[in-house]
Amino acid sequence: MKKYTYTEKKDTRSGFGAGLLEVGRKNKNAIALCADLTGSLKMDAFAKEFPDRFIQVGIAEANMMGIAAGLTIGGKIPFTGTFANFSTGRVYDQIRQSIAYSNKNVKICASHAGLTLGEDGATHQILEDIGLMRMLPGMVVINPCDYNQTKAATVAIADYVGPVYLRFGRPTVPNFTPADQTFEIGKAVHLNEGTDVTIIATGHLVWQAILAGEELAAKGISADIINIHTIKPIDESAILTSLAKTRCVVTAEEHNKFGGLGDAVAQVLAVHMPSPQEYVAVNDSFGESGTPDELMTKYGLDAKNIVEAVERVMARKESIHA
Amino acid sequence: MSDLITLQRITTQVRRDIVRMVHAVQSGHPGGSLGCTEFFTVLYNDIMQHHPSPWDMNGKDQDIFFLSNGHISPVFYSTLARSGYFPVNELATFRKLNTRLQGHPTTHEGLPGVRISSGSLGQGLSAAIGASLAKKLNNDTNLVYVLMGDGELQEGQVWEACMFAAAKKVDNIIATIDVNGQQIDGATKDVLNIGDLRAKWEAFGWVVLDTNGNDITLLQSTLKKAKSLTGQGKPIIILMKTEMGNGVDFMMHSHKWHGIPPNDEQLQNALSQNEETLGDY
Repeated sequence: MKKYTYTEKKDTRSGFGAGLLEVGRKNKNAIALCADLTGSLKMDAFAKEFPDRFIQVGIAEANMMGIAAGLTIGGKIPFTGTFANFSTGRVYDQIRQSIAYSNKNVKICASHAGLTLGEDGATHQILEDIGLMRMLPGMVVINPCDYNQTKAATVAIADYVGPVYLRFGRPTVPNFTPADQTFEIGKAVHLNEGTDVTIIATGHLVWQAILAGEELAAKGISADIINIHTIKPIDESAILTSLAKTRCVVTAEEHNKFGGLGDAVAQVLAVHMPSPQEYVAVNDSFGESGTPDELMTKYGLDAKNIVEAVERVMARKESIHA
Repeated sequence: MSDLITLQRITTQVRRDIVRMVHAVQSGHPGGSLGCTEFFTVLYNDIMQHHPSPWDMNGKDQDIFFLSNGHISPVFYSTLARSGYFPVNELATFRKLNTRLQGHPTTHEGLPGVRISSGSLGQGLSAAIGASLAKKLNNDTNLVYVLMGDGELQEGQVWEACMFAAAKKVDNIIATIDVNGQQIDGATKDVLNIGDLRAKWEAFGWVVLDTNGNDITLLQSTLKKAKSLTGQGKPIIILMKTEMGNGVDFMMHSHKWHGIPPNDEQLQNALSQNEETLGDY
């Protein structure tokens, strides 16, 4: 198992804030909009350095999405900032009609996604956003795994023309990807070469997949591990190349088991290479209050659950090939 | 500036286009379209500085318009075609398979003149505000216009946008409301009374003007007055009292023609009230 280390834990939302500032310095057409969550989204630095290009819309997310769509008519590149719940479910029709169907170059940047929002509880812990956004024609869906990757993704989407949903989170997590990485939309990152099982993870679950890989290696199981930061368009080639070796897969995500990464991978495999698959995802429920770590344990989203899923899926593979 | 006779001739032809388009596919929304015909004619032929060709989505250095109540697409399409945005004969494809003239306006098929999709109500003012902010950032002194229906004001997003524009001093926008007092299920006062619109918009901090939306001369003077009031720190709105179905007698004074087409006999009756002026498509 390839060794991954980190020097500090950082929050992915700060990666977004740092990336946004860099985009603002590079591109005078970049505009940031926020719905009364500037501090939470780490947009303060951008707002301070570019007050004329920062639009505080107040607690009015629907209006924010419409204004963002309008700003593109005039060549601006708007980045909207609010929590993932208010970036998707609350404004789905505004995104659908004014942004996606209108093919506007809006970057929907969503923090506090998933259970790791923590103590605020289920009203704010959206676990359906990846599915909602994947279903919109033409929408790119990105869920980076750490600070460095979120920063790189933020810079990369500014140069892509078209609507993007960028999902990140609140808690500090190991910052292990290289600071100088090139972020290629739609291109998976291969983390470990393995032959027994494929683990495909996104967002905060990528580090858990690495921990699981180490545990599995100690048990003599060789895991092929993929960090799939772009869920749409999904990197079919990376998935199929890996599955051709391993013939079974575990997907891991901080999302409901319906509509997320697992389903995106299953769709690729069902068409091209039907394979046993196990989901590490929330089992069709809402979240609740608690610390991020407590919640990830209770809802089965950690390395231990990935290891158990690997054992189940490998047993299924063996029963098929026996 | 166009003279009254010219504007009347365009209005009459647009009315013919509307009823013929809706009749041809036996679907669409003639009532609101007819009620706004004078407004579209005056806006596109006498008020806006715009460049139909070459088509520029960004609308740099020109006035731009957003239709929020997208169901009145027939009057929008006819006006765009007769202003030179696309061939008039394309009106014959309205609502047909593979058309650029979708039931509700969209940018998706690349129809020149349309800058955002609309149909799901309440979204146009926000987009228009965004475009107004972009013009300010680009030091483009041209204006942004938007039309909403009065029933549409029941959507909450309109009031988010209304509050924003006043608070942020978006003073390069002229919003207009088609106050015809009708919506699908009946009169707005019966469905969900929208109350005193002047008091509401003034309370939010807008400059409010009134006009008769079916009177070309009054529309000209009101829109010119609105232009003169831009750039003074406040957004501007014009409440246009209109008659749904205006110009076709049997479609007036009722909500019934909001979204139903005329039959063959009704079409002939409507056309006989609006003699051909610029040539049918």
